[in-house]
Amino acid sequence: MTVTEAPPAPPTDPAELPVRKASTRKRLVPYWLLLPGILWLVVFFALPMVYQASTSVQTGSLEKGFEVTWHFQTYWDALSEYYPQFIRSLLYAGTATILCLLLGYPLAYLIAFKAGRWRNVVLVLVIAPFFTSFLIRTLAWKTILADGGAVVDVLNTLHVLDVTSWLGWTESNRVLATPMAVVCGLTYNFLPFMILPLYTSLERIDGRLHEAAGDLYATPATTFLKVTFPLSMPGVVSGTLLTFIPASGDYVNAELLGSTDTKMVGSVIQTQFLRVLDYPMAAALSFILMAVVLLMVTVYIRRSGTEDLV
Amino acid sequence: MTQQQTEGGDVRLTGISKTYGSFKAVQPLDLTVPQGSFFALLGASGCGKTTTLRMIAGLEEATTGTISLGGRDITDLPPYKRPVNTVFQSYALFPHLDITENVAFGLRRRGIKSVKKQVDDMLDLVQLGDFAKRKPHQLSGGQQQRVAVARALINHPQVLLLDEPLGALDLKLRRQMQLELKRIQTEVGITFIHVTHDQEEAMTMADTVAVMNAGRVEQLGAPADLYENPKTTFVANFLGTSNLIEGEIAEAGEDILVGAGGMTLRLPAGRCQAPAARGGKLLLGVRPEKISLAHADDADSIAAGRNRVTGRIIDSSFIGVSTQYVVESPAGKALQVYEQNIERDTRLTPGAEVVLHWNPAHTFGLDAAQDIDAGVETVEDAT
Repeated sequence: MTVTEAPPAPPTDPAELPVRKASTRKRLVPYWLLLPGILWLVVFFALPMVYQASTSVQTGSLEKGFEVTWHFQTYWDALSEYYPQFIRSLLYAGTATILCLLLGYPLAYLIAFKAGRWRNVVLVLVIAPFFTSFLIRTLAWKTILADGGAVVDVLNTLHVLDVTSWLGWTESNRVLATPMAVVCGLTYNFLPFMILPLYTSLERIDGRLHEAAGDLYATPATTFLKVTFPLSMPGVVSGTLLTFIPASGDYVNAELLGSTDTKMVGSVIQTQFLRVLDYPMAAALSFILMAVVLLMVTVYIRRSGTEDLV
Repeated sequence: MTQQQTEGGDVRLTGISKTYGSFKAVQPLDLTVPQGSFFALLGASGCGKTTTLRMIAGLEEATTGTISLGGRDITDLPPYKRPVNTVFQSYALFPHLDITENVAFGLRRRGIKSVKKQVDDMLDLVQLGDFAKRKPHQLSGGQQQRVAVARALINHPQVLLLDEPLGALDLKLRRQMQLELKRIQTEVGITFIHVTHDQEEAMTMADTVAVMNAGRVEQLGAPADLYENPKTTFVANFLGTSNLIEGEIAEAGEDILVGAGGMTLRLPAGRCQAPAARGGKLLLGVRPEKISLAHADDADSIAAGRNRVTGRIIDSSFIGVSTQYVVESPAGKALQVYEQNIERDTRLTPGAEVVLHWNPAHTFGLDAAQDIDAGVETVEDAT
């Protein structure tokens, strides 16, 4: 086999060699372009994750130092001790996400289909809050919802607070330091993250599809249900994810607008890391939150069946 | 397939117009499309043909006038209440639904539960039975086009509106789909109103063609009639090619004699669309394929009584079945002549002196007050 094939290919066509070299270099280009991003992810995502994972199974104290002892018990302790905060986080984040969707969808629809020449103005207004710091905006809500403020007065006069207090969302004619205040803060802060992806996917819908649906006997309402909404699902999914994921880990709203009874898991992690200095517990809580959110998101994406829509 | 025959009827547009701001997209027009006909609205882009179609569909509100269908006024009905369906230019298939659900869409909206048999039958009609479970983006342009036709036809509309449905297809597929659509129309017997800018397409498919220009219907008639007897320079130039020769009437009688570039040409009075008075101006038209070409040396052998124009070939191009010559003459700067390639005269090359001659009966006369080049530039993109 080796002896019989005396004349090998290379010397016969020398012109082909440099061409082939150029093409291998070309094939490597994407990897070179990926390199900065991969390095970034390794340094700022993968390494910290590994480090936190090892922290979560360590035992010890700040004075004596921490050591990896594969102490998985921390996870169980974290769950049994802080499960109310976990449930509360998911509940608040879920409620805020639904509110964002209910508020954001009509607005995104309006911007995409009805705003005409005002479209860009309204879009700028949507992101205008970002020009102010997140903390300042949340603190402003403290003033808005303050006891004896205009909002509370109006809600009181309309007896809305009686209903919400009965439901356990507010307490004795107060809004501040109640679950309602936290959910309002979350909704307000994450609304743009809902509106923008919704707008993008609504805007991409070909207007002729609406005409086609109308032409095929669909009333405007049916057109929305059967054509517009299904086609905006990618936006609904990414919008809800962009709202729910950060909202479930948020602690600023719970800290500034809530009370000790409205603590979310983000606050607990923050306290464990920065005040109690129980690093393994804080890391374990973080990983549990991550796992729960990841699980919910996976189920959600599977259920909504949007993989083949994009 | 039974209901449209009993309750159908003519589409009647009365004084219909559409204005956007100060722009008049469609001038007030009256149009009657008989039931069961294949009707084409032909014109260049921006002539108002699509707007007219969209007003019939209800997608565009008419500024003035009324639209009636089989005697029933449908002007104020929203699109979803009109018994018409549209095949859109870009097909507008629902990307999130498979072919079955796309086709079943109209039936489901009308509350029909068992759609399977009808959908299967309809997909068989357009020969797409094997594609029922695919999504639109998995189909080729021609297949998507047939889905769009099936999705509209399954509802047994009284009128099917087609908005440049073949515009996105390549030439070969377009020819094939033209025949297919014609076959379907004959099979189901529904009125088709077809909008197109392709004159060949309009002529192959339609029973009646309305040529539109600048928001008006220039002329309406059977394709052959429009081609042989154009009433305006726009129609003469837009439908195929015409040689238009400007001349002065020397004698008006049963035959009109017109002087042009020192030559006298004859035209039957019955084929003249303009008032013919001695001394008046007239545009004489003749189609390039009606003209015969003889070398100047053979001028004596041309039969008497034919119209003759002398000139010089300035260009010729061989295109297989025929050769196209451009001839410069005192009567016209660039007269077109199409000669069948039966016996080619090798002397007929650029520079040769020639005589063009044709049967006077093939001449038509148009009002000289019109723009002689109306509709010319659009011919190029229509071929």
